[in-house]
Amino acid sequence: MSKLFSKENRQVFAAPLNLDNPILIQVLGICSALAVTAQLEPAIVMGLSVTVITAFSNVIISLIRKTIPNRIRIIIQLVVVAALVTIVSMILTAFAYDVSVQLSVYVGLIITNCILMGRLEAFAMMNGPWESFLDGIGNGLGYAYILVIVGAVRELLGSGTLLGFTIIPEGAYAAGYVNNGMMTMPAMALIILGCVIWVHRSINKEEKK
Amino acid sequence: MIKNFLDRIKPNFEEGGKLHAFRSVFEGFESFLVVSNATARTGVSIHDAIDSKRIMSIVVVALLPALLFGMYNIGYQNYAAAGAEGTLWEMFLYGFLVMLPKIIVSYVVGLGIEFIVAQWKKEEIQEGYLVTGLLVPMIVPVGCPLWMLAVAVAFSVIFAKEIYGGTGMNIFNPALVARAFLFFAYPTSMSGDNVWLSKDQVLGLGNQLPDATTMATPLGTLGGGHATDVPFADMVTGLIPGSIGETSVIAIAIGALILLWTRVASWKTMLSVFVGGALVGWLFNAFGPATAVAQTPWYEHLVLGGFCFGAVFMATDPVTSARTEGGKYIYGFLIGALAITIRMLNPGYPEGMMLAILFMNMFAPLIDYCFVQRNISRRAKRAQNS
Repeated sequence: MSKLFSKENRQVFAAPLNLDNPILIQVLGICSALAVTAQLEPAIVMGLSVTVITAFSNVIISLIRKTIPNRIRIIIQLVVVAALVTIVSMILTAFAYDVSVQLSVYVGLIITNCILMGRLEAFAMMNGPWESFLDGIGNGLGYAYILVIVGAVRELLGSGTLLGFTIIPEGAYAAGYVNNGMMTMPAMALIILGCVIWVHRSINKEEKK
Repeated sequence: MIKNFLDRIKPNFEEGGKLHAFRSVFEGFESFLVVSNATARTGVSIHDAIDSKRIMSIVVVALLPALLFGMYNIGYQNYAAAGAEGTLWEMFLYGFLVMLPKIIVSYVVGLGIEFIVAQWKKEEIQEGYLVTGLLVPMIVPVGCPLWMLAVAVAFSVIFAKEIYGGTGMNIFNPALVARAFLFFAYPTSMSGDNVWLSKDQVLGLGNQLPDATTMATPLGTLGGGHATDVPFADMVTGLIPGSIGETSVIAIAIGALILLWTRVASWKTMLSVFVGGALVGWLFNAFGPATAVAQTPWYEHLVLGGFCFGAVFMATDPVTSARTEGGKYIYGFLIGALAITIRMLNPGYPEGMMLAILFMNMFAPLIDYCFVQRNISRRAKRAQNS
């Protein structure tokens, strides 16, 4: 057991959450981060889906990495990811229909999510299954919590709700408060994402080279 | 006298002085009130001994006619909608009292952020907000609430200006960014028929109007598909509903003369905006669809809405417009052409000037690049031939 949670492995898991975050540092997967974060619920579901798919595709590719011919590795990775995405998409349609309608094509587009391909190429092709699993979970969660932050800000300011529950009191509306319609547009998601990156970099100024 | 006073209190603000925390504030006021000893070395005023505070002051003076008329017009519209009689001074004073809080909010929020940033980065106060702070209240409808104005000003100063490096570095015109932010974030408070009228009494002046009283701008009526019955003379004098500073062509023309005479604004940009607008307007008149907005004569389009205001005060902003002399023609022409095209073809945006200028702000560096490259290659060729 102790080997499973060795220092290196914990590093593999923790780095993508902060100093090697796929969105904040590598700036990958921005397109879906802009598209699905108008509300909190789809942002959470999207984050979890990506986490699950990244983890398991990492494991599968890592298991068969020695048998994959180098020249067609991208195609094989795509097949694995596509199969997983199809499964997730079907599960969502069956058990969370409303959210899957809101997410629309973006579940299918996880196939082309740069984070997935990046992790498969950069990590799973060279490491064992357990490390790859941790790496996938870490990157997925690193992606997910940024989505949750952006989604929460946008839903709170754009619609006055969180997860569908009204947060802004009625009295504020009576006093003239109006929801910010620009928050529901992708343009604002980009600006909020920029602010998150800004905060993150000013906190981690020393670690950066 | 002012100078003596400033010199006397100056040591307090030097490094280690007791009021050191307000150093940037002091410097800002000092150079605003008296001519600074140091001329600017960077930014917009690089080609001139005059520093950009002087330029800004001239623009503010040029804005005054439009501002004063806008105040009068607020009162005029209020009295007209109530059907009441009012003297010129009553109307003006009423408009002044409605307008004053907006200007104060704009300056307090905008300059506050500028002061904080300057202090934080240990830089000189940047003076660009003097003009922006006056422009923002002038390009919003009178019904825009103060807190929205404050949010929009904060947004535009931080995201359109400070993150690009402050005055002189911004790509987009901050005043227009503030307006665009309001327009997209709070569409019900920025457009429609319900925002062009000040409905409350202020200090006993003006008339209390019922909430249901509405007033459409001529462009709003046209965008809705109806012909407007506002006479051309009113469009020129500006006694029509609209954003506060934009309605009067005459007041704006006075401002334009001041800007051109002092050479603060480029006549090339200004002229080509009108040429572009007139040309496209004429084309739509001749060949366009038979909608009300496309059949409005081109000369009416030029005096309606924010076209003049944008052409004179926004398009000519030396920071965000094209800087090459030839580029100014293209830059201005495309602003005018785009503004009218947006008006004609998109009923969702009855006013295209804001979007057209922001769009061309984005392309100004590209236009400059093309002109500079063309000059370089032409000279290279000339050098080869000789």
